Amino acid sequence: MDKIKVLVAKPGLDGHDRGAKVVARALRDAGFEVVYTGLRQTPEQIAAAAAEEDVDVVAMSLLSGAHPHLFPAVVKLVREKGMKDALIIGGGVIPDGDIPALKEAGVSEVFTPGTPTGDIVEYIKAHVKK
Amino acid sequence: MENIAEEVLMGNRYALAKAITAIENERENAMEIMQKLYPHTGHAYVLGITGPPGAGKSTLTDKLAKEYRRQGKTVGIIAIDPSSPFSGGAILGDRIRMNDLTLDDGVFMRSMGTRGSLGGLSHKTADAVKVMDAFGMDVIFVETVGVGQSEVDIVKAADTTMVVLIPGMGDDIQAIKAGILEIGDIFTINKADHDGADKLATELNMMLDLDGVMKEWRPPIMKTIANQNIGIAEVVETFGKHHNHIDGNGQLTVRRTERTKNEMLDLLDSRIGEHIRRNVVENGKIDKLVEEIKARRTDPYTEAAKIVSEMLK
Ligand SMILES: Nc1nc2c(ncn2[C@@H]2O[C@H](COP(=O)(O)OP(=O)(O)OP(=O)(O)O)[C@@H](O)[C@H]2O)c(=O)[nH]1
Ligand SMILES: [Mg+2]
Repeated sequence: MDKIKVLVAKPGLDGHDRGAKVVARALRDAGFEVVYTGLRQTPEQIAAAAAEEDVDVVAMSLLSGAHPHLFPAVVKLVREKGMKDALIIGGGVIPDGDIPALKEAGVSEVFTPGTPTGDIVEYIKAHVKK
Repeated sequence: MENIAEEVLMGNRYALAKAITAIENERENAMEIMQKLYPHTGHAYVLGITGPPGAGKSTLTDKLAKEYRRQGKTVGIIAIDPSSPFSGGAILGDRIRMNDLTLDDGVFMRSMGTRGSLGGLSHKTADAVKVMDAFGMDVIFVETVGVGQSEVDIVKAADTTMVVLIPGMGDDIQAIKAGILEIGDIFTINKADHDGADKLATELNMMLDLDGVMKEWRPPIMKTIANQNIGIAEVVETFGKHHNHIDGNGQLTVRRTERTKNEMLDLLDSRIGEHIRRNVVENGKIDKLVEEIKARRTDPYTEAAKIVSEMLK
């Protein structure tokens, strides 16, 4: 049986991963396999890990405000690896005004602080390609 | 992706990832992939790394992999973490210690969850090792947590197994000694920067000597401080010594023959099991039989024998 496999990634330089860990645990409790790679990942590292692990979902979390650059960079590199079906989502402190551009760049959905983790689980279940 | 096996043999890393996914999820194409890759296996040296949670297995593997890379060898890593028995999900966190390896084309790292069925896991691990072997990795690490029966089965895929222990385990070592004495070709006391490393080494030495019988290979006890890269080159050297030792005395051939035989038997078991699931369980035949058996109109012994002889026709 196929399990949904998710890479929870922390791009950028901010030093907090509490949010990412909460999400990781919620996804595990929903029955997903969650690969967690720790803080301060470059887009190149995230894409390489996503491909090696052959994940279905890349979930990025970012607090530093570097999302306009980093999220699209991850999308581009993940697609270049040949992962055309992987669902790519983002979360963190992201102004509403930035969201359309991120979606335009290929981030499927953006979750802002306060989103119940259950919503993220449901979103993944509904949109993942297995 | 089509032609996964061919792509693996041509050095396509994403195909390697896809092949392992097929094995992990028991997809229909897994058998064909393995059939095509099997002739290309048998070249890698497989190292098992096992020990209690948090002992530093991933940190050690990271540093050991870098040492092999310095020697020009390519490295595959399979790190197995326990799945939650409640949700079936898992947090696979071993990459946290191995991020430096991610962008090295000479290294391929893959995390796997135990997913409940441990019997299934050991053959999936063995197949994942074979895929990395066929891809051309020189050295393949398999990291598992703990030293229970399941881990013993998994490390059977390894040519040399290192058990990682840490100071301050106290009585734990008594509890796990049966397991560890059996499977450790090499021991390392990691976190040797903590108090009690010498005491643990003494205890371990005593237990190994108590074993009595003079062995051809007395498992050496190393000390490492993985996060400071201390003792790493010595461990790699010791892996080499053990490899040479079992290569020289024929033990490596014996181990690999034994492994091939066990794999063949496991495969037969699972194929026969599948046949029975399909032809006896899923079509409801078993439920009718159970009713007959409960009513004492027949007995399980007779019916089992009938099913088997039917199957072998
Ligand atoms: N003081 C000290 N800490 C170490 C040493 N080796 C590893 N660590 C730390 O121990 C912690 C656990 O290390 P890991 O490598 O993740 O241990 P592990 O055995 O792979 O853990 P699991 O896979 O979760 O069972 C990390 O914080 C490491 O930095 C060491 O030699 N000394
Ligand atoms: Mg680990």
